[in-house]
Amino acid sequence: MFHWLEKHPFFFAVGVFVTIAFAGLVEILPNFAQASRPVIGTAPYSTLELAGRHVYIKNSCNACHSQLVRPFKSETDRYGHYSLSGEYAYDRPFLWGSKRTGPDLWRVGNYRTTDWHENHMKDPASVVPGSIMPAYKWMFTNKADIETAFAEQLTVAQYFSVTYNEPVPMKDGSSIIVKMGGSVAEAKAIALEEAKLIAADMRDQDVKDAVARGEIPEIVALIAYMNSLK
Amino acid sequence: MENRPLEYDYTIAKMFMFTTIVLGIVGMLIGVILAFQLAFPGVNLFLGEGLAEYTNFSRLRPLHTDAVIFGFTLSGVFATWYYVGQRVLKVSMAESKLLMTLGKVHFWLYLVVVAAVVVSLFAGVTTSKEYAEFEWPIDIGVVVVWVIWGMGVFGLIGIRREKSLYISIWYYIATFLGIAMLYLFNNMEIPTILGTSAAGESGICAWYHSVSMYSGTNDALVQWWYGHNAVAFGFTVPIVAMIYYFLPKESGQAIYSYKLSLLSFWGLMFVYLWAGGHHLLYSTVPDWMQTMGSIFSVILILPSWGSAINMLLTMKGEWQQVAASPLIKFMILGSTFYMFSTLEGPIQAIKSVNAIAHFTDWIVGHVHDGVLGWVGFMIMAALYHMAPRVFKREIYSKSLMAAQFWIQTLGVVLYFTSMWIAGITQGMMWRAHDEFGNLAYSFIDTVTVLHPYYTIRGVGGLLYLVGFLMFAYNIYKTMSARPVEERELQNASPMGA
Repeated sequence: MFHWLEKHPFFFAVGVFVTIAFAGLVEILPNFAQASRPVIGTAPYSTLELAGRHVYIKNSCNACHSQLVRPFKSETDRYGHYSLSGEYAYDRPFLWGSKRTGPDLWRVGNYRTTDWHENHMKDPASVVPGSIMPAYKWMFTNKADIETAFAEQLTVAQYFSVTYNEPVPMKDGSSIIVKMGGSVAEAKAIALEEAKLIAADMRDQDVKDAVARGEIPEIVALIAYMNSLK
Repeated sequence: MENRPLEYDYTIAKMFMFTTIVLGIVGMLIGVILAFQLAFPGVNLFLGEGLAEYTNFSRLRPLHTDAVIFGFTLSGVFATWYYVGQRVLKVSMAESKLLMTLGKVHFWLYLVVVAAVVVSLFAGVTTSKEYAEFEWPIDIGVVVVWVIWGMGVFGLIGIRREKSLYISIWYYIATFLGIAMLYLFNNMEIPTILGTSAAGESGICAWYHSVSMYSGTNDALVQWWYGHNAVAFGFTVPIVAMIYYFLPKESGQAIYSYKLSLLSFWGLMFVYLWAGGHHLLYSTVPDWMQTMGSIFSVILILPSWGSAINMLLTMKGEWQQVAASPLIKFMILGSTFYMFSTLEGPIQAIKSVNAIAHFTDWIVGHVHDGVLGWVGFMIMAALYHMAPRVFKREIYSKSLMAAQFWIQTLGVVLYFTSMWIAGITQGMMWRAHDEFGNLAYSFIDTVTVLHPYYTIRGVGGLLYLVGFLMFAYNIYKTMSARPVEERELQNASPMGA
């Protein structure tokens, strides 16, 4: 059979393809639908958080930070409850990372504050002596891309039925509504409201002034995203 | 005319040899910079505060991996294809105008895509998925380049004179099909312009932005099915294709066992794809998938070692060549590193070992002993073998080649030993508890302790880069030397007409 295949490239290629495609089908398909469902208490990202997530991705934070707490005592002691599949239902793309040069960030919102992040992003070693993380000063001047974040909200709402402007059940039985603007102007206004709350806890005068002018620096969006990771 | 040997056309092979070397230097140089940034964070500012956004670790890191994978390695794969393909199929590129044109289009489009990737990654335009960072416009370019290459491959096979496909051709076909399938499925994404235009808000956002078709756990599963097998079909399969051609050619020895090559090929095809799950051990993907990933990773030793042992046994009775020829040295050490790396991988895929190894530098070490020791050595050996035949000139310096071999070997050894120690140290410190059950170390303790190993790794990487520059110089001097003979002697034998 193999000798015959080696003289017939088309059938050889078909044989190879079937052999390699097999595993993917068996491993990926069976659990696909179930793994897409959110758990109770997981809400979609707001416009500002999504813009912050884009800042995170733009700077490849995931090259050094994981977002996956494994079910070991040492990890739950350090980072909090181990990760559940449904908690990632709104993560497109997933940001688990593959290397922990710095600590895991999946529940960083539980134990770090706006103030901490602000100082840390400006000069990591001033907050964590010995840190090898570089400073990210440009985030204090670059502006966050709210329009693209809004565009992403529109896209996921349309194609993946992400529930914006509808009640999302929380663990304590209550529910929250994550707002999505009906237009760019509305989306920007919603993001700015959220940004003001973050900027109020910050010390950098330039950032405060920018937010007061109606602009949103990248750092504000990033901190909103960090704070949302719980 | 009847007696004339076939002449082959190496135009395209030469072009890709050029990008192999240039992109190799770029990728490795960035790698060395990254290594020293981890050891000495001040290096993040090596072009000053003003450009810090573009020179810091996180912005450069995807450039390093992509330059080495899609620049250096893929160029090497293409260069060897345009050399090996013609020779084992016994047909010249020059015989078909169409194939020649396709080859040229393939090369120039490839360059355009590479340029687009460099610009977009420096700008921070990335999907964040490892080795699949490109946004959808570039993805389309990648697919076009790939399809053109595939047309060239099957076109050449279509007009071949040698009816039976040599082992290397099996592996090149598998490379084409494997990457095509993986790349397409992993990069399924919805451009946000579709979402906005449907909502009547067209033109508001970054036009190149997209959202992954998969979310969370599914996204991770598809990504590592891709990520692991991009290694399979980019770093293993085509490199095996090379060694199956170049080692017998260079040593004058026949392949040790045809049956072993059959078993290894079909075994590798079937088993490799299952092993992706070992990147997701103790994550939120179902347990049975994790277990499958572990088990198949261990089984993967069989086909991997099958190829490697086949190569080593090909040298049976001719081991003096290893001592005599630096080129054979590269290939034999490459096979040995392949064996070593394909044993190390399965060990790391065992769940209890992975609990310590995952997220640490040991994984980085594993990748590099495979890529530096196996992929890098084999591609350089292939180019060294091709250069005299493509440029019709002797290799400029054999002693430079030998010196390069030892410098790079030392570099690889420094690299992986330091990363072993770093990874295991870090993994053990993360999980250490004191007598009261509290964590023994804060996270930063596990970072500062790595400084010496990061420094050693940087030195190891630097040595490898120096060796690669010696390689580039050697090839440059070879191609620019005075030609030995303009044309091969056609009728040199006493029996010739």
